[in-house]
Amino acid sequence: MAEAIAFYTLAAFILGFAVLVITTKNTVHSVLFLVVNFLFVAALYVLLGAQFLAVIQVLVYAGGIVVLYLFVVMLVNLKRPPEAHQDPHRMTKIGASLAAAILLEVAVIAFSGYVSAPAATVAPPPVPVTGNTEQVGWLLYTNYLIPFEIASMLLLVAMIGAIILAKREL
Amino acid sequence: MVDTVVIPLLKILIVLNATLVAVTYMVLLERKVIAWAQSRLGPMRVGPYGILQPVADAVKLMIKEDITPVRADRWVFTAAPIMSMVPALIVFAVIPFGPTVTIFGHPVPLYITDINVGLLYIVSVASVGVYGIILAGWSSNSKYPLLASLRASAQLISYEIAVTMTLVSVILMAGSLSMVGIVNAQYNQHVWYVFAQPVAFVIVLIGGLAETNRAPFDLPEAEQELTGGFHTEYSGMRFALFFLAEYANMIVVSSVVTTLFLGGWLPPFPNLSVFHFLYYIPSWIWFFIKSFLFLYLFIWIRATLPRYRYDQLMRLGWKVLIPLGIANLIVTGIVKVLMS
Repeated sequence: MAEAIAFYTLAAFILGFAVLVITTKNTVHSVLFLVVNFLFVAALYVLLGAQFLAVIQVLVYAGGIVVLYLFVVMLVNLKRPPEAHQDPHRMTKIGASLAAAILLEVAVIAFSGYVSAPAATVAPPPVPVTGNTEQVGWLLYTNYLIPFEIASMLLLVAMIGAIILAKREL
Repeated sequence: MVDTVVIPLLKILIVLNATLVAVTYMVLLERKVIAWAQSRLGPMRVGPYGILQPVADAVKLMIKEDITPVRADRWVFTAAPIMSMVPALIVFAVIPFGPTVTIFGHPVPLYITDINVGLLYIVSVASVGVYGIILAGWSSNSKYPLLASLRASAQLISYEIAVTMTLVSVILMAGSLSMVGIVNAQYNQHVWYVFAQPVAFVIVLIGGLAETNRAPFDLPEAEQELTGGFHTEYSGMRFALFFLAEYANMIVVSSVVTTLFLGGWLPPFPNLSVFHFLYYIPSWIWFFIKSFLFLYLFIWIRATLPRYRYDQLMRLGWKVLIPLGIANLIVTGIVKVLMS
């Protein structure tokens, strides 16, 4: 019961701040609402018992990525009006159709009972360690080794790309 | 009820108030130590040897006029000091001041909480602390604060990488992310990590100085170039919050370094039975003595060293500390594998 109350409160805050992020006119305020939103998502992870994920969420998203967003927003002049499109409602149309598609997907998943079906058939892999961080580490280096390595390759490529862009003549 | 609600609340109350009192007296200590270093007396008029100076300062700052510049972004301008003070305070939730002791028949751990990801929690909260500085500079709508806040955040982000990379080697040594676990690991391995990880200790100490914007890395407040730093437009209690946040961060860095490298609450030579009489001094007093040494060291450094130039600062961070941290991590990993 307490968990449900906590969940719905957090969910309400997350959705509320998400709406504020996209409706606020001032871009810096919008980025700040995004930070608050990420902090509430981290709280949701804590509620799910995933402390490691919660801390990483704060460290990577709230503390890292959004700081870069903030730099860009602060340093780029956003006062100038957006370029006029031929069709001013083009973005609205694309957005509405995307939202409709996602809503349809969620509805299909919810009504077909897809969410609970695989959980019953696939047994969770045995993890020989205790503790949240240890379990995440164990799974990353056993069952999910290849996706993990691919992700790290991707980050390496991004790093090299950033260096090459910044230093044209090495 | 007493064990789950009352005692944790009391602990939070005590830690919060103790931190705030310690922060105000840090200001006095800094003025005194620098005065002694320069053959002056320092504050002498308020109370004997100026002991009531922090109280006078606090009263002065609270009754001062609180000005918001007309062109400032009012909401962000108000939120920025709070956003730099809160992360500095909530870090104390995971700092262990001592082991579990029995008080009036209740087992009371001398820390607010011991979470599985304690050290990562500290790193992530510290990374959120940068918002206070960026937003203070931006929302003031003034040139110098903006420049100072860009400097400060670039400095913070650069040194955060070096420090975090180095902390990983400590985690490797201890095999735990929990602050209590790290202290216990130092007890079980019979060594303070300052001796097992001297390179990491130096990097974390230098990085800590840079992350708290202390001399010789106090470029964000370089008066000659920036008139006063990111808080130029702030006055009264809001300015005081930035000031207090800086000192609170100093205490945080000292406590973290004490916990990670000096065995936290452990007395010297905790495993040798010859030195067991040292256990008669309570654990939290050992913790405070060790933290105080670092706080004193920070002030001493400020009184001694001139300020770095900005390019020197960046070169030290990116070209010296980060490679050194990575090398230390690799060596630690290899040694750990060979030893096991």
